[in-house]
Amino acid sequence: MATYLEFIQQNEERDGVRFSWNVWPSSRLEATRMVVPLACLLTPLKERPDLPPVQYEPVLCSRPTCKAILNPLCQVDYRAKLWACNFCFQRNQFPPAYAGISEVNQPAELMPQFSTIEYVVQRGAPSPLIFLYVVDTCLEEDDLQALKESLQMSLSLLPPDALVGLITFGRMVQVHELSCEGISKSYVFRGTKDLTAKQIQDMLGLTKPAMPVQPVRPAQPQERPSVSSRFLQPIHKIDMNLTDLLGELQRDPWPVPQGKRPLRSTGVALSIAVGLLEGTFPNTGARIMLFTGGPPTQGPGMVVGDELKVPIRSWHDIEKDNARFMKKATKHYEMLANRTAANGHCIDIYACALDQTGLLEMKCCPNLTGGYMVMGDSFNTSLFKQTFQRIFSKDFNGNFRMAFGATLEVKTSRELKVAGAIGPCVSLNVKGPCVSENELGVGGTSQWKICGLDPTNTLGIYFEVVNQHNAPIPQGGRGAIQFVTHYQHSSTQRRIRVTTVARNWADVQSQLKHIEAAFDQEAAAVLMARLGVFRAESEEGPDVLRWLDRQLIRLCQKFGQYNKEDPVSFRLSDSFSLYPQFMFHLRRSPFLQVFNNSPDESSYYRHHFARQDLTQSLIMIQPILYSYSFHGPPEPVLLDSSSILADRILLMDTFFQIVIYLGETIAQWRKAGYQDMPEYENFKHLLQAPLDDAQEILQARFPMPRYIHTEHGGSQARFLLSKVNPSQTHNNLYAWGQETGAPILTDDVSLQVFMDHLKKLAVSSAC
Amino acid sequence: MSQQGYVATPPYSQPQPGIGLSPPHYGHYGGPSHAASSPGMIKPAGPLGAAPPGGMLPQGHPPPGPHQFGQNGAHAQGPPPQRFPGPPPVSSAAPSYPPYSPSTQSSYPSPGSSASMAQLGSQLGAMHINSYGSGAAPPSQGPPGPASAASVQGPPQPPQPSILQPGSQVLPPPPTALNGPGASPLPPPTHRPDGLPGPAPPNAQYQPAPLPGQTLGPGYPAQQANYGPPVAGAQLSYPGGFPGGPAQMAGPPQPQKKLDPDSVPSPIQVIESDRASRVGQVYATNARGQIPPLVTTDCVIQDQGNASPRYIRCTTYCLPCTSEMAKQAQIPLAAIITPFATIPSNETPLYLVNHGEAGPVRCNRCKAYMCPFMQFIEGGRRYQCGFCSCVNDVPPFYFQHLDHIGRRLDHYEKPELSLGSYEYVATLDYCRKNKPPNPPAFIFMIDVSYSNIKNGLVKLICEELKTVLERLPKEDQEETSAVRVGFITYNKVLHFFNVKSNLAQPQMMVVTDVSEVFVPLLDGFLVNYQESQSVIHNLLDQIPEMFADSNENETVFAPVIQAGMEALKAADCPGKLFIFHSSLPTAEAPGKLKNRDDKKLINTDKEKILFQPQANVYESLAKDCVAHGCCVTLFLCPSQYVDVASLGLVPLLTGGTLYKYNGFQMHLDSQQFLNDLRNDIEKKIGFDAIMRVRTSTGFRATDFFGGIYMNNTTDAEMAAIDCDKAVTVEFKHDDKLSEDTGALIQCAVLYTTVSGQRRLRIHNLALNCSSQLADLYKSCETDALVNFFAKSAFKAVLHQPLKVIREILVNQTAHMLACYRKNCASPSAASQLILPDSMKVLPVYMNSLLKNCVLLGRPEISTDERAYQRQLVMTMGVADSQLFFYPQLLPIHTLDVKSTTLPAAIRCSETRLSEEGIFLLANGLNMFLWLGVSSPPELIQGIFNVPSLAHVNTDMTLLPEVGNPYSQTLRMIMGIIQQKRPYSMKF
Repeated sequence: MATYLEFIQQNEERDGVRFSWNVWPSSRLEATRMVVPLACLLTPLKERPDLPPVQYEPVLCSRPTCKAILNPLCQVDYRAKLWACNFCFQRNQFPPAYAGISEVNQPAELMPQFSTIEYVVQRGAPSPLIFLYVVDTCLEEDDLQALKESLQMSLSLLPPDALVGLITFGRMVQVHELSCEGISKSYVFRGTKDLTAKQIQDMLGLTKPAMPVQPVRPAQPQERPSVSSRFLQPIHKIDMNLTDLLGELQRDPWPVPQGKRPLRSTGVALSIAVGLLEGTFPNTGARIMLFTGGPPTQGPGMVVGDELKVPIRSWHDIEKDNARFMKKATKHYEMLANRTAANGHCIDIYACALDQTGLLEMKCCPNLTGGYMVMGDSFNTSLFKQTFQRIFSKDFNGNFRMAFGATLEVKTSRELKVAGAIGPCVSLNVKGPCVSENELGVGGTSQWKICGLDPTNTLGIYFEVVNQHNAPIPQGGRGAIQFVTHYQHSSTQRRIRVTTVARNWADVQSQLKHIEAAFDQEAAAVLMARLGVFRAESEEGPDVLRWLDRQLIRLCQKFGQYNKEDPVSFRLSDSFSLYPQFMFHLRRSPFLQVFNNSPDESSYYRHHFARQDLTQSLIMIQPILYSYSFHGPPEPVLLDSSSILADRILLMDTFFQIVIYLGETIAQWRKAGYQDMPEYENFKHLLQAPLDDAQEILQARFPMPRYIHTEHGGSQARFLLSKVNPSQTHNNLYAWGQETGAPILTDDVSLQVFMDHLKKLAVSSAC
Repeated sequence: MSQQGYVATPPYSQPQPGIGLSPPHYGHYGGPSHAASSPGMIKPAGPLGAAPPGGMLPQGHPPPGPHQFGQNGAHAQGPPPQRFPGPPPVSSAAPSYPPYSPSTQSSYPSPGSSASMAQLGSQLGAMHINSYGSGAAPPSQGPPGPASAASVQGPPQPPQPSILQPGSQVLPPPPTALNGPGASPLPPPTHRPDGLPGPAPPNAQYQPAPLPGQTLGPGYPAQQANYGPPVAGAQLSYPGGFPGGPAQMAGPPQPQKKLDPDSVPSPIQVIESDRASRVGQVYATNARGQIPPLVTTDCVIQDQGNASPRYIRCTTYCLPCTSEMAKQAQIPLAAIITPFATIPSNETPLYLVNHGEAGPVRCNRCKAYMCPFMQFIEGGRRYQCGFCSCVNDVPPFYFQHLDHIGRRLDHYEKPELSLGSYEYVATLDYCRKNKPPNPPAFIFMIDVSYSNIKNGLVKLICEELKTVLERLPKEDQEETSAVRVGFITYNKVLHFFNVKSNLAQPQMMVVTDVSEVFVPLLDGFLVNYQESQSVIHNLLDQIPEMFADSNENETVFAPVIQAGMEALKAADCPGKLFIFHSSLPTAEAPGKLKNRDDKKLINTDKEKILFQPQANVYESLAKDCVAHGCCVTLFLCPSQYVDVASLGLVPLLTGGTLYKYNGFQMHLDSQQFLNDLRNDIEKKIGFDAIMRVRTSTGFRATDFFGGIYMNNTTDAEMAAIDCDKAVTVEFKHDDKLSEDTGALIQCAVLYTTVSGQRRLRIHNLALNCSSQLADLYKSCETDALVNFFAKSAFKAVLHQPLKVIREILVNQTAHMLACYRKNCASPSAASQLILPDSMKVLPVYMNSLLKNCVLLGRPEISTDERAYQRQLVMTMGVADSQLFFYPQLLPIHTLDVKSTTLPAAIRCSETRLSEEGIFLLANGLNMFLWLGVSSPPELIQGIFNVPSLAHVNTDMTLLPEVGNPYSQTLRMIMGIIQQKRPYSMKF
């Protein structure tokens, strides 16, 4: 078994790919009986410090419908200088540059260790990165101040030739002209009027006064930059200007009457930002960064009216179909998101407010364009400040960890078809021979656009085995998948990363053990979870839960070892043992449960769940709990109420929160001040240990988690108590006696009850 | 009354061959015989200046009756008629002048003779009286030519009634001459003593183009007509001119004789005589129905219970008792109200009454304000309203005992009890939304399209604003002005400027959404000038540079007004927009206009279209503006057609002013422009005003003309009203009026002062009533009548063909006079024209009005110019309209350099110009200096500092400052003339 774990890990490290099944069932029928679909988690731009990009372009298969890229799995005839495409079996001539090719003189893309390789495309003029700040001015004074400082700081992090632009909004939307001296100019738009891209460009003067047939040819290319340059300027030119401009930003001056929300035209502001970039730099890497401190309250995309007495929609309202603006607003933002995606730009949302800010409606903007979504309480918190700063973090080469305008293309060998993808992407609607008719996630295409991509972004890609049962694949056959990612690197180079993977086919009948052993339960859990969350976006919560349950039961029926109708006899092999537990926690997670979460929070959680890599996703599904005590070194403990003990310090990482929880005794000691006494220095160390660990997590994670330091009985302890498995509740507390743990006041079922039911259902023949 | 009538011979229009065409008719001046009727003016020689106007007034020197005209010539002159024997021609200059006899009775046979009456009656009966306006051309009328016939400019007329003998007929000029003014090439020396107006293009005087100077050469053709024509008010002529014309003049057709121009009543003389009798006196408004001095007369007016004529001037001060009478006389009953008229410093400014919380005392029923017409009864506990007769309780705080004659003891302590005009402090009830108003704001909106940048206008404005903003209007007692200012520039898009005082540099905000304009900022747009001075100066410095390389040619207009209005609305204050615009707004936006100038429409029934606005947007925009107290003043500097009729609508309806500088050129027009701008910014103004005219029972205000917007039938709303704006109100009978109680008018204007105080300005006026037509005619005021006629005609221009309007005017005039003759005048020969004394010059003035380019389309007058003049007249007060229609013509060569008084004006006729003279002509819009071809070189040298006429630069618009008495005096004169006028005149 260890071999498979190693294999999986090795593959992940090299290719950024994790499959739910690492040996593939060879027929369509069998594959569907496996319950968990054949799918993979792909991290297209996984950081590979050891992988220098090659400075030439890939060699493509000459068959127009294939165009697969030469890879280590291809058979090469060195003498004839031919290679056979491993997807379509087309035989191709090597291009002239490969004339010197031989067994000992192979190009990198043929070497097995380069199953993932990156090419640099030299064509085309590099275009600078573009950052367009869209800033809400309806903020509290100190919030605005903090935001201004963050923005000013960010200017220093940008590469000097990056273009920046500034749009501010409140009741009106102002597009600031950055190139002017002596007087600061801005174009102002009404916040209530939806404008088409054309209108926006006309109004900003971005369209040339339709030059008829006799335009002066040479003049045109020079004029082009000058037009847009009014709003988007290289940072090195207007650094001072923009810093001053940001410094002078005032709160929205329009009076806000008592009992009203400020009028905030987020919808129009975004629309203008999108329109501006659309008109000036289509298909060039650009980030629209929206900073908002509250819900849109007017114009297209408004989420809530300005009457404070009418609260913003809750899940309750949505279920009751009581959210007046939701549909319209969502439509507006979806339209924007699609346009943005079509232009290859991405939209980030930084929403900092105590109340909801309409992320539910706006979520599609970052979701479809690969932008970031950050939610905080205030711009004046380290959560926002550090998160924002981390966006501009650099990799080992000193480049931003961001890529733009990526397209991901998936090619499969004939036995496979691609059913869909789940992640921060939109379909490019490219039909091809390898596109399945069944859709899972965003399907019906073999290419997706991912406008903003960072090295951790991970997509779930789902496949369908189409090989018929009666056409068995010969023993030792391998199926291959090629992932081709075109993108604009943050150094403005255009690059192509190609990952080609292959797995063995196996006949389910004869080699079920084999397949079982090659099951990657972590990947499977995340992939299933993504499917569940994807469904939850459009379906009622209970339906999704029921679907998940049924899948789990079927999986247990298929792979469990049991005697019929005998729950006690039920066993699962090691490669499946953790899977039910993941499902249990998934059912309780905020991705599927909306109880106790606002619609915005749900959107926020789901947003991150759909893009983080496997490790992070698992943390989200099943938070990690560490225990610190005098009894030994820190150790991970069960995410269970029984782990909450008086003499322990617990550190829980849920991805979104880091909770440090002091047990009752520890808390008392600390209150008594033992940590300050020299003779109890070890206690001080004990207290410090989780803090240091937490700090480490905080440093690495994006977005910054909420950091919570609490103790037994503290109000913030709820974050911990809501996550742990309620093995002890007020119902069974006395039955268990007083020996360990803390009771959770909940009616939720515990893992034990869940497992018991699962076993019962799995072994029952009725199901 | 009848004695005072003029009886003129019917100007029978006898088409004279070749009138105006044959050179011989025009006698040259210079002949010894030329003693023009006003020799002083013609003779270049200084000495004549010694013959001041007074000298010409032959008062008390009735010349021998039988002599023709003897008296006209005044003793100083030679007998005029004889002068022209030579050129007997055509033009009316018949040698034999009608005897002009001082006293009707003596001079001619019973004026009221039944014969003449019958004759007249029969003629009139058919066409005028009964079928008024029917347009039936009187048989006698030949030519429809509008032009006045003989520009009969007599020498100063004696005040006494004068009669033209019927025997000596004055022939109205033949139509041909009248019609084709432009066509008739006048021989250079146009000075025909007989004053045939000749072919003067009536409207030409408005054309700025031909400056007098230019025409100085020998070839000086018809241009001089520029000055003459409007004046050439041959009152007698219109029969010729208008079909259906005044038949009453059409006496026995005696074609050969012509009307002596000098025998026509002279406005100059009327003016001078009134001046002579009243100047320097105090006119107290203590009596009901008192007829005030003429507008041209300077005298001190003391308010003793009735509003000064500066505020209200009526067409007649004695209303007919019944509507039948009114109908019979057809004299319009109207008042021209200038509620904010400027009061000379030697008169008392309005008192301000403050009743605190209680507010003004008003009649419970008709809501009239406390005024001298309220009768206190029951020992002062109650008062009876003079308007509706309702008996009201006196509020306790207002109680006062009565004296023995029933007057309150505090009668003289309270302005509202003893004065005709005063102001109340308004309480919150009178404010919008019951909140005290904010001080008003001025927003300057500058067109920065290519042409304005190029001709330097933008720079000029920005420079000027820096200084002129120091002088924003303020209350007398305040140190700084409360008026806030804001700035917008625009071409196809709008640029707002944030000039908040704490900014280091101004911020510009561009609004490109012109289809739905909004105000992008609140704070910092309207600022106190003193506080934000440095930022504003910074901005004004930058604006010309900022757009220096702009090549935007298209502009918007309606969105600009909209923006200003929205800004004021957002700031919740009334205000005034100063828009500096120069082109037809062709950019895609609301209010976009097309060039629709079509000369072919002139003189067709569709001509009215030219005066109507093109788009409805402007009307609704104006309505919004008025609703928010947003007054629009427009400075137009067009280089071509800009559709003034459309652009000017908002300024007109919002009580703003329209200024127009054709083909603005920096070196020619900047001075006039700047003067206008300064005046307009500084002048007294009230904002967000509502005017209501209340009347005593029996009659009521029915029609309003002026720069107002009427939401209902009674309240005239004005976004702003300034000292130059007048509203003409027409009254109609409801019922009978009583001779005892008379008729009362109370005009109340609720407005916001420049410091943001809400006030009521009340003007009261009591008129007489009479059942005698004679009383009515006696109390008429010609200048006011003309003002009324002009406004009503110009309003009608929008809806009716001009021909119809002209006919109506002529017919009504004829009717008024006919009615007088029939009912008031003593019998006289049928061929005599009898004019009531109060209307002596009405025919002259009416003729001038008819020749105004608005009413008389000519291809060479631009449509814009006509629309512009139409609009100007709509808001004019009486004094302005008088000058506008009958310009002042001053003989400069008679100037007495040692005196500071103006030289006597002469009749405004081309015939009064002489080659040796230099004349200054002013009509309130323009000033022309006309240099005779042989004007004295020393004068030329003195004024222009050049050796001779040939060296004079005819382009100049400013006199050089030359340090000699001629120049100084001339410039001083021009200053005096200018002083009182709302529009800076272009020289």
